[in-house]
Amino acid sequence: MTATTPLTPVAGTVAAAARRGRRPRGLLLLAPALVMLLVFFAYPVADIVWRAFSEPHLGLQNLRDVFADPVTLRVLTRTVVTAFGVATLTLVLAYPYAHLMTVVSPRWRAVLMALVLLPFWTSLMARNFAWIVLLQDGGPLAKLTGLLGLGEKPLLGTAVGVALGMVQVLLPYMVLPLYSAMSGIDRRLLSAAASLGAPRRTVFGRIYLPLSMPGVVAGYTLVFVLALGFYITPRLLGSPQQSLIAQVIGTKVEKLLDFGGAGALSLVLLALTGLLLLAVSRVARPASMLGLKEED
Amino acid sequence: MTRTAHDKGGAAVHLTELTKRYGNAPAAVDAVNLEIAAGEFMTLLGPSGSGKTTTLSMIAGFTRATSGRIEVGGHDVAGLPPYKRDLGVVFQHYALFPHMTAAQNIAFPLKQRKVGKAEIAARVADALDLVHLGGMGDRLPRQLSGGQQQRVALARAVVFNPRVLLMDEPLGALDKKLREQLQGEIARMHRDLGITFVFVTHDQEEALALSDRIAVFNEGRIEQVGTAADLYERPETLFVARFLGESNVLTGTMTDPSTLEGHGFRVAVPRTGASGGPSGPASRTASVVIRPERLTVLPADARIPAGHNALRGTVSGLTYLGAHSTVTVELDCGERATVREPAAARSEISAGAPVQLTRPIAHGVLVSG
Amino acid sequence: MGENELRGGVGLRLWGALVGAVLIAPTLIVIPLSFTGKASFTFPPESWSLRWYQNFFTDPGWRDALLTSVRIALLVAVLASALGTAAALALDSGRVPGKGLINGLLLSPMVVPQIVAAIGVYAVFLKWGLAGTTLGFVLAHTALAIPFVIVAVSAVLRGYDRRLEQAAASLGAGPLTTFFQVTLPLILPGVLSGAVFAFVTSLDEVVIALYLQSPELHTLPVQMFSSVTVETDPTIAAASTLVLVVTTMLILLPQLLRRRSPEETR
Repeated sequence: MTATTPLTPVAGTVAAAARRGRRPRGLLLLAPALVMLLVFFAYPVADIVWRAFSEPHLGLQNLRDVFADPVTLRVLTRTVVTAFGVATLTLVLAYPYAHLMTVVSPRWRAVLMALVLLPFWTSLMARNFAWIVLLQDGGPLAKLTGLLGLGEKPLLGTAVGVALGMVQVLLPYMVLPLYSAMSGIDRRLLSAAASLGAPRRTVFGRIYLPLSMPGVVAGYTLVFVLALGFYITPRLLGSPQQSLIAQVIGTKVEKLLDFGGAGALSLVLLALTGLLLLAVSRVARPASMLGLKEED
Repeated sequence: MTRTAHDKGGAAVHLTELTKRYGNAPAAVDAVNLEIAAGEFMTLLGPSGSGKTTTLSMIAGFTRATSGRIEVGGHDVAGLPPYKRDLGVVFQHYALFPHMTAAQNIAFPLKQRKVGKAEIAARVADALDLVHLGGMGDRLPRQLSGGQQQRVALARAVVFNPRVLLMDEPLGALDKKLREQLQGEIARMHRDLGITFVFVTHDQEEALALSDRIAVFNEGRIEQVGTAADLYERPETLFVARFLGESNVLTGTMTDPSTLEGHGFRVAVPRTGASGGPSGPASRTASVVIRPERLTVLPADARIPAGHNALRGTVSGLTYLGAHSTVTVELDCGERATVREPAAARSEISAGAPVQLTRPIAHGVLVSG
Repeated sequence: MGENELRGGVGLRLWGALVGAVLIAPTLIVIPLSFTGKASFTFPPESWSLRWYQNFFTDPGWRDALLTSVRIALLVAVLASALGTAAALALDSGRVPGKGLINGLLLSPMVVPQIVAAIGVYAVFLKWGLAGTTLGFVLAHTALAIPFVIVAVSAVLRGYDRRLEQAAASLGAGPLTTFFQVTLPLILPGVLSGAVFAFVTSLDEVVIALYLQSPELHTLPVQMFSSVTVETDPTIAAASTLVLVVTTMLILLPQLLRRRSPEETR
């Protein structure tokens, strides 16, 4: 802009254009990603849920079947129990580990973090295959139980085998939110409590544990929810007689082409997941669990 | 710098009824009118949240005005995006591009203007010399000290010969000594470049030291515009009086055009109050503002010179500060006054001593409210 | 006391070592297994050979699956990082209405059970003629991968000073110039790691791929799944080892790059 440029005549149109352009620019940048997720993710999920009410014909028959069929109810119960067991075992393993991450030197912290992140990102199929090898009859774990005097028990195709595999696959989802909550705890509070005469047990129980609770709730919920919908691990390490709900959904589609029945079970699974996340959303937002920024 | 900077000179900046509202909150900037002359050094001074930075941001084009006009060099720029306004901006924390060297940072605005390679090299070298950073062009911002980073930011903001330079608390992040040194350089740049400077600060000493004129902001409005001496000697509002320098304030009611009466005191005031001062009904509330160095402490039994006011009180504190001393006096009317006197051993002034404070009537400034 | 209240004792360290072993060891046993000389999963192997690697690269079933997976994953990485970066920038600028809802949608692929998404995508893509096509795989995987890109780019944007864009504008740079000369170079580490995450997400995705596969088109994880459910073929150990090595390198690479210039991303 120099003094000789005739700005005034065009200023009005430029201003109008800028005003028009300003607001939607954020949406314009968001739109492609949103459309992608809406059309190729949210819509398919909504479609399968809708099929619960519309196939083979309009009505609540599919949902009624879910709650009337004792086999399905047994599967549901087994799934919830497995998820509880897996989440609890994962928490027991992960809590001290996450705490250890906060007290070691930065170099060791990086190593411990790498141990968590590598399986988080490396091939699910490779890990499930590894578990097949570990759990197979006469495999390393069977030999270990033999050495411990428990006898060489079959593990592949049992609930124990499934749970072991799930725990390993889901551990990172527990460690990360725990570590994030623990590393945010002000260490001076612990020193303060100690200086006020609290023994270590009290410092842990009254100060550290309550302050790390958001991480516990976030991690437990996340692992529980993911365990509810686990498909590959139970399918490869478990047996059809011990199916979890995700396997039943898969079988309904693959073997029976029963999209309505699969939709009804999907709806039950989604409802469980949604209610759980909603229930804990006050304590721990799933977005922050996974590192997404959330404002207002 | 090339000669053109001098030929072009500065551009005047006129703000007319400039307003910025965020939602339903009170306006952040409320109908501000300000005429900044071409080549002037204008400081926008005020506490944080007073609207000075928002005003600067609207001039720069980062914030869209809710209403009002912004003219630069006689042209309305309200509709122009910042990159078409051709204004230099120096940011509070420098905002140097961390992935570019000092020289690349300074070359950036020239590249946007499609200046030839050889000329860019020459002008960047000139600009680095101008801010005494010759030979440091290859360094990344993080390899430079705070003061050096600020110099690069200054060079980058003026290298393309803008006609107005906007500065948002540019020295805020520096320590006192460095700040004073850079103040000198900013003043020199203003002289050499001859362009208009608009400078935002909350530091009154900085404002007094640098500016041709100062606009004092408070709660989104301009309280007063004037030279440093205007604002100090003739504040128009209590806010200006209190914000710039120390003041003793007595608040009361005008019983007649030259008398202010309050709880336990009665003083004569100059008839020609400031323009904002009371001139209407005699019973209006008003304050008289007296700077500490305008007061004299006399023993309780001393005679009051003609044309002076006197207030009685008791010394409650005495601080020797080398060049001068500060005397705190609890006035009989209940107020506390501060007096600054040339330091001298005066036995009659000691803590607990009854005294009277005097001042020439003409040295009080009457303000409304 | 002081600093080291509740510090790690021997017990805690042992526990950490145990959990670390649980995390990493099961995955590592596929490496020795891939060099076994026999067509069995016996561990530890009794004889050694490279025949399963040879089989992996020569058998048309494995080789085609690998090429298909890499092709799809590359397309997903490009598409997802472009869309995800744009979305992260929009979310960061903070002037988006309905942000909670949008965040929920962006997050849903991380919490919606994969089997539900898989049969939904299968049903819908059958109708649209996308099942069994490269395009179908790319679209479904991109939707899954976008959230990871957004997370990665958002993390970098948190340390990115948006005033640099104002500075660029005040110096005469238009929006496009500002993006390519200032914003992109500074958020590049986030975009790159987002692209890597997207690539790995697609490369590793198995549930949706199981449903979208056709006899002519299937990905590496699907091949691994069929292999392990149908026969005892240690080629899967070779495939697992290769995938492990490649993804580990991909994940570690940006970390190493970032460490070299820690201050540039501030």
